[in-house]
Amino acid sequence: MNSSFGSNPKVRFGLVVVTFFAALAILGPWLTGTVMGIDPRANDISAIASPPSSEHWLGTTQFGQDVLAQLIAGARGSMFVGVLAALIGTVLAIVFGVTAGYFGGRTDHVLNFVTNIFMVMPVLPLIFIVSGYLRGTGLWMIAIIIGVFGWAGGARTLRAQTMSVRNRDFVLAMRMLGESNPRLIGSEVLPHLGGWVASMFLSAMIGAILAEAGLAFLGISDSGAISWGSMIQAAQSQSAVLRGLWWWFVPPGLCIALIGTAAAMLNFGVDELSNPKLRSATRKVVRRTRRVERAVAAETRTA
Amino acid sequence: MSAPARTETRTLTRSSPHEAVLEVRDLTVDYIGPDGAVTACKDVTLSLRRGEILGIAGESGSGKSTLITALTRLQRPPAATTSGSITFHPRDGRAGIDLVGLSPRELRRLRWSTMSIVLQSAMDALNPVMRLGDQFADVLRTHYRDLDRSGARDRTTELLAMVGISADRARSFPHEMSGGMRQRATIALALACEPELVVMDEPTTAVDVVMQRQILAQVLRLRRELGFAVVIVTHDLSLLLEVADRIAIMYAGRIVEVGTASALYRDPAHPYTRGLRDSFPPLHAPLRELRGIPGTPPDLRRPPSGCPFHPRCPVRVEACQSTLPALVPLPEQEAACLLLTSEENP
Amino acid sequence: MTVVTDVSAPAAPTTRLRVPSRWAFLARRLGFYLTAAWAAITLNFLLPRLMPGDPSVAIVDQLQRVSGRQLPPETLVSIQTLFGDPDANLAEQYLAYLGQLARFDLGISISRFPTPVADLVASGLPWTLMLVGTTTVLAFVIGTGLGVLTGWKAGGRFDAIVTPASTFISSVPYFWVALIALWVFAFELRWLPSSGGYDPDLEGPAFWLSALRYGILPAATIVFSAFGGWLLGMRNMTVTTVREEYVLLAQAKGLSPSRVVLRYAARNAMLPSFTGFALALGGVIGGALLTEIVFSYPGIGYLLYDSLTKRDYPVMQGVFLLIALTVLLANLIADSVYVFVDPRVREQG
Repeated sequence: MNSSFGSNPKVRFGLVVVTFFAALAILGPWLTGTVMGIDPRANDISAIASPPSSEHWLGTTQFGQDVLAQLIAGARGSMFVGVLAALIGTVLAIVFGVTAGYFGGRTDHVLNFVTNIFMVMPVLPLIFIVSGYLRGTGLWMIAIIIGVFGWAGGARTLRAQTMSVRNRDFVLAMRMLGESNPRLIGSEVLPHLGGWVASMFLSAMIGAILAEAGLAFLGISDSGAISWGSMIQAAQSQSAVLRGLWWWFVPPGLCIALIGTAAAMLNFGVDELSNPKLRSATRKVVRRTRRVERAVAAETRTA
Repeated sequence: MSAPARTETRTLTRSSPHEAVLEVRDLTVDYIGPDGAVTACKDVTLSLRRGEILGIAGESGSGKSTLITALTRLQRPPAATTSGSITFHPRDGRAGIDLVGLSPRELRRLRWSTMSIVLQSAMDALNPVMRLGDQFADVLRTHYRDLDRSGARDRTTELLAMVGISADRARSFPHEMSGGMRQRATIALALACEPELVVMDEPTTAVDVVMQRQILAQVLRLRRELGFAVVIVTHDLSLLLEVADRIAIMYAGRIVEVGTASALYRDPAHPYTRGLRDSFPPLHAPLRELRGIPGTPPDLRRPPSGCPFHPRCPVRVEACQSTLPALVPLPEQEAACLLLTSEENP
Repeated sequence: MTVVTDVSAPAAPTTRLRVPSRWAFLARRLGFYLTAAWAAITLNFLLPRLMPGDPSVAIVDQLQRVSGRQLPPETLVSIQTLFGDPDANLAEQYLAYLGQLARFDLGISISRFPTPVADLVASGLPWTLMLVGTTTVLAFVIGTGLGVLTGWKAGGRFDAIVTPASTFISSVPYFWVALIALWVFAFELRWLPSSGGYDPDLEGPAFWLSALRYGILPAATIVFSAFGGWLLGMRNMTVTTVREEYVLLAQAKGLSPSRVVLRYAARNAMLPSFTGFALALGGVIGGALLTEIVFSYPGIGYLLYDSLTKRDYPVMQGVFLLIALTVLLANLIADSVYVFVDPRVREQG
C-alpha cells in the first residue's frame, strides 16, 4: 500500500505541492526576512505598481509592496485558516458522522437530521453574514466560522463508512463481548476510517482556503493580515484589473488554484488506490495494454 | 478401455470445422502489469460442437473468468489476448471467422445473434433503471433492423414465456423481481436473437438450490428445443457432471483435463480432477467420502516450475517439479499429467 | 432519510417489497425541507441576537441618523422584532418575528432608507435566479457530458488532458476567474461590458438583448469554474459504472456504443450527480455572489455585498433568508425530478 501510494503520480504531485506550500507557510518569515530581506508590508516608494523586474521578481503593488514577499506571507495566512478550519470541520464531522453511524437508531436519526440541515443550508452566505457581524475579526475567527459551518458533507461520508465498519464481524463480536463503545470507536472504527478522514481533511482545507479568499475578497477578513484572498481584494479595490497590473492579482489566484489542484489530485489518487475499478482505468494501464495488443497484431500480420 | 470407445472419441475430437460451432486454439491471455505480464490463460485449446454443452470448471483464480471475457471478446485493460485464435463457424456454412482479429464494428454485428452470455448475478446484469421489456427490445431491434415496437414486444412476451415469466413482467424494473425470476429473465434475454452459442458464467450461484435445479432443467429443455451450444463456467464440478456433455478442467490458466462428463466422473485421469470430484457431494449419486484438495491455487505472478499442480499433488514424482506436462490423449479424455506419459511410454 | 443515502446503500433488497408510492417519498422529503426552512428562519432569528453588541440598537441609531428624525413607533417595533428587543423575552420575540415574516415584512434598509428590504430583495432575486439557474444547468450539462466522455475512454488521450485540466480549473476561485475575465475581455479586448446587468437607457427587446450581453461574462465565468466539479464526479462514476455487469452485458448484446454509453453507463452514473446537483446549488449561489460583486451585477449577491460594506443588517438578514429558502426549494424540485429518474427510490426510504 505504501509503495503504491508513493508511486501514484497524482498522489506524488499532490504531496509535493502541499508540502511545498506548507514549507512556505512555516518558513515564510525567515524566507522574506532573512533570505530576501524584504518586509512584505514595507512600502518601496521608488517602485510603485512596477512590473516584475530583477529587484522585485513579481513586481510591486500600488503601495510599493513586493508581491513575492506578500505571496509568501499570504501562504502563511491562507494555510493557517485552511488547516485550522479543516481541523475543526474534521473533528465535528467525526463527532457527528461516526457517532451517528456507530450508534444508529435514535441517535443516528437526530444527528443525521442536523447534518442534513447543515448540508442544505447555503454555507457561504451564512459565513458572510456571521463574519459581517463580527467585522474585522482575525484569521482565527474566520477559520472557526468556516470550520463550524462546513463539516456536513464529511459527516455524511463518515456516517456511511462507519455503518459498514460497525457491521463487520469483528466489531459485532467485540460489542457482544462487552467492549466499551468509546474504546471500540477509538481502536476499531476510527483506524478503518483513516483514509476517508484524511481525504476529508484535504477537501476541507481547500474549501476553507477558498472560503477565506472569498471573505477577504469581500473585505470582511482581517484587514491587517496578509492572505492570498486579501491580496486579490487589495488589487481589486485599487482597480488593478482596470489598470492591467496583472502581476498583482494573478499570482495569488494561481497559488490558490495550485494548492486546490494538489489536494484534488491527492484525493483522486487515494480514490484510485482504494477503488480498483478506477485504478485499471489509468493512462498507464491502458497504454501498456494497448501496446501489447498492437505488438501482437503486428506479429500476426507478419507471420 | 474397449476399442469401440476409442474410435468414438476419435471422431469426437477430430470433428470437422462445420460440425464445430467454436474452435479455440492456443489462446493466451495476459494481464499487463508494470513489471511485465501475468499469464491468466495459457495455450487454451477447445472445440465445441453444435448443440453441445461444454463445462469449464476450476477454482477461483484458475483463469476461467478470464477465459470467458476473452471468448466473448469483452476483456478490458489490463487484460490482453496475446496469442491464439477463436474461430466461430456460422451455421449457414460460411467460412469460419476468427473473433480475435475482428474490429469492434464487425464484432458488434456478430454479438448476441451468434454468441450471447448469461452472467453470474442477474441483479447486476440487468440495467436497474430500465424496464425489463426495454432491455429485450433494444437488443432485438439492434439485430433485427426491420422489427417494429410491437413486434419487439410480441417477441419479448414469447421469450419470457419460454422461461415461465408472464408477459406483464416486461413492465417491471429488475429490483421488482425475485432473484430466480431475474436469472430466468437473463436466460430468456440470452436467447433473444437465436444465438448458436450461449456462454454462462456461474449461472446459478446467486440463486438457491431449488431454483438452481429449475433453471438448469429449463436450460436443458431449451437447448433441446432450440439447439444452441452452451459453455458453462463454474467452480461447481458436481453441477457440470449433471448437465454437461463434456467438461474441461482448468488449473493455473491451463486446461489440465478435458473429456466427456461421464469419463471425468467415472475415471478422472488428472489428480486435480480427482481432487475436485471428491470435494463435492454429487447431486444424485450416492454420497462418497468427501475430501478437499490441500493447499491453495498458485500465485499466477509466480507460477510453480514444471507442472503447476505439483506443490499440491498427492501423487507427484521427481520430474513434476521440472517438466510441464502436455495434454495426453486417452480413450475418452485428454489430460496433462506426467504420470500418464510415463505409463504409456515407460 | 435522504436520496444520497439511498444510492449509497450497500445492497438493494432482493425480495419484492411493498411499494409505497413515489408520493410517500416526496411527502417525506417535503417534511424535511419544511423543517429545514423552519431551521433557516430560526437561525435568521437567532443570529443577530447571538452576535456581540446589540444590532437592533445600532440599526435604530443609524436609521435615525440617515432619516434625520425620530423613528415612528411602528418602525421601531418592526426592527426590534427582527433584531432583538431587550424588554421582551425570547419566546415572545420569536412569535412576533414569525408573525412579521408571514406578512413579508423584512424591515427597512438603512443604506437605501426608506425602501423596505423585501422590495430590494425582490428586485434582485430574478437576476440572480436567472444567472445561477442558467449557469448551473449549463455547467451541469457540459461537465456531465465531458465526464461521460472521459470516463468512458478513461486512460485515453482525451481523458489524460481534460481531467487534470478540469481539476485545476475547478480549484481556481470563482471571483479570481471573474477578475481575469474582466481584465481580458472587458478591458483589454473590450468585447463585453465590464459591469452591471443591463443597459439602463434601453427599453423593450433591446433591453433584453442588452441584459443577455451583460450576462455573458458573469455567466461564462461561473460555468467555467463550475463545470470541472461535475466532470470529475461524473468521470469517476462512469469509470465505476462502465465496469458494472449490466454495461458489460449491454456490450455483449452488440448495442451501438452510443446506446451503451447513454442508456446503460451514463444513465446510471448520473444518479449520484443528480443529488449532487441539488446540493451544489448552495455552493454555486455562494460563488455567484462573488461573481456578481466583481461584475456589479444587480442580483442579491451584489445586494448582500453592498449591505455588508454599509452594515445594512436588515438587508443582510433578508438576503440570507431568501437565499436559504430558494436553495431549499431548488432541492425539493431536484428531489421530485429524481424520483422519476431512479425507479428504486420509490421503494426505499
